[in-house]
Amino acid sequence: MTPLLTEYLPILIFLGIAVGLTAVMVIMSYMVAPQRPDSEKVSAYECGFEAFDDARKMFDVRFYLVAILFIIFDLEVAFLFPWAVALGEIGLFGFWSMVLFLGILTIGFVYEWKKGALEWE
Amino acid sequence: MANDSLMIFWEGYGLPTVIIVAQIVAIIVALLLSVAYLTLAERKVLSAAQMRKGPNVVGPFGLLQPIADGVKLLFKETILPAGANRVVFIAAPMITFILALIAWAVIPIGPGIVLADINVGILYLFAISSLGVYGVIMAGWASNSKYPFLGALRSAAQMVSYEVSMGFVIITVLICVGSLNLTDIVMAQQTVWFVVPLLPMFVIFFVSILAETNRSPFDLPEGESELVAGFFLEYSAIPFALFYLGEYGNMILMSAMTAILFLGGWLPPVDVAPFNWIPGPIWFAGKVAFILFCFLWVRATMPRYRYDQLMRLGWKVFLPFSLFWVVLTAGVVVAFDWVPQP
Repeated sequence: MTPLLTEYLPILIFLGIAVGLTAVMVIMSYMVAPQRPDSEKVSAYECGFEAFDDARKMFDVRFYLVAILFIIFDLEVAFLFPWAVALGEIGLFGFWSMVLFLGILTIGFVYEWKKGALEWE
Repeated sequence: MANDSLMIFWEGYGLPTVIIVAQIVAIIVALLLSVAYLTLAERKVLSAAQMRKGPNVVGPFGLLQPIADGVKLLFKETILPAGANRVVFIAAPMITFILALIAWAVIPIGPGIVLADINVGILYLFAISSLGVYGVIMAGWASNSKYPFLGALRSAAQMVSYEVSMGFVIITVLICVGSLNLTDIVMAQQTVWFVVPLLPMFVIFFVSILAETNRSPFDLPEGESELVAGFFLEYSAIPFALFYLGEYGNMILMSAMTAILFLGGWLPPVDVAPFNWIPGPIWFAGKVAFILFCFLWVRATMPRYRYDQLMRLGWKVFLPFSLFWVVLTAGVVVAFDWVPQP
């Protein structure tokens, strides 16, 4: 086997065991415990009232905005990982190119801030 | 002849596989026991903080309480809400629990004591902990009920917000190490633990892991007094237990990550006689236990944040500060020529 495979094989086996264990737990509980559902028991919980409309309706657009901002910054982090590890080999040029990149991103971040994308009132 | 090839197969593939499986079972059993006793420790710490006794009926000092709780949950009815999307509803807690388990494959608990010493260890941990948000949002959506839906939205937004600053904190450590391997990260701290030069980053990391695991004072996704229980409101029996185990497993995992990144993993504080007699795994367990105690201590002390305060702290304080600190660390390392050479 190649070294790559031998390194990652334990993780794959671990994943298999974890999936199996979880499935066994859920199925075992389902078999062992008495299941007596009735219409009140399986209705959505709303503090004792009848649920008066569908739960999957509108929600605040700011959650969506946070998700978009997250993508930008998480991608940035993804770029930084190899840069941080290779800093010794890429030298001053590598360092300053990343500072330039981060500078551009900071301008974008300041713009977001001023536009009020980070406000939660 | 056939016997020989069987022997070769056994020594080449069979025996290593059996050893790996045994190690995995050992990790899972140890982790589940730790989670069980973390729940007891939490109740004991909280009760001590409030000058109560806490659980003390089941077994001596309540030591069998977690076992009793587990057995109780096993024999409860698994309620599937009528409006729920059943497959996703059951898959969500399973995903949470599986992710909390498999992250442990790369955690080194002592010198060389690790299941898979992969060279992108910290990236693997970061990826697995990012996937945790799927369990939450799937649970909230599949339940088709208002409180879980709101809880899941809040939780997802909160987890992704703090993940960004966590990423920057990890980057600052990597700049000082020059490797993604967790064993290398620990060994780079032989002279001084990173908590000393990178103290502000340690504080940010600790607060971020509180938010990332939805713990008090950032437990808005659960918010008992307003959202009842948040995203796992509709769950019962073992699916509920899986969420619970996953949450506490993640707490232990994040504490282990903090110990590796900042507190020198299994290394003793100073490498002299009485300290280095104690084996590495015990140091590691002690550090993890200390950080877990801080989790509980914070919960016993702090009031809950408001949602706008939480988002402001994540985006307007932690993000700019950790970004600045990444540039500062890289600048200092390059300017003084301290860049770690591979």
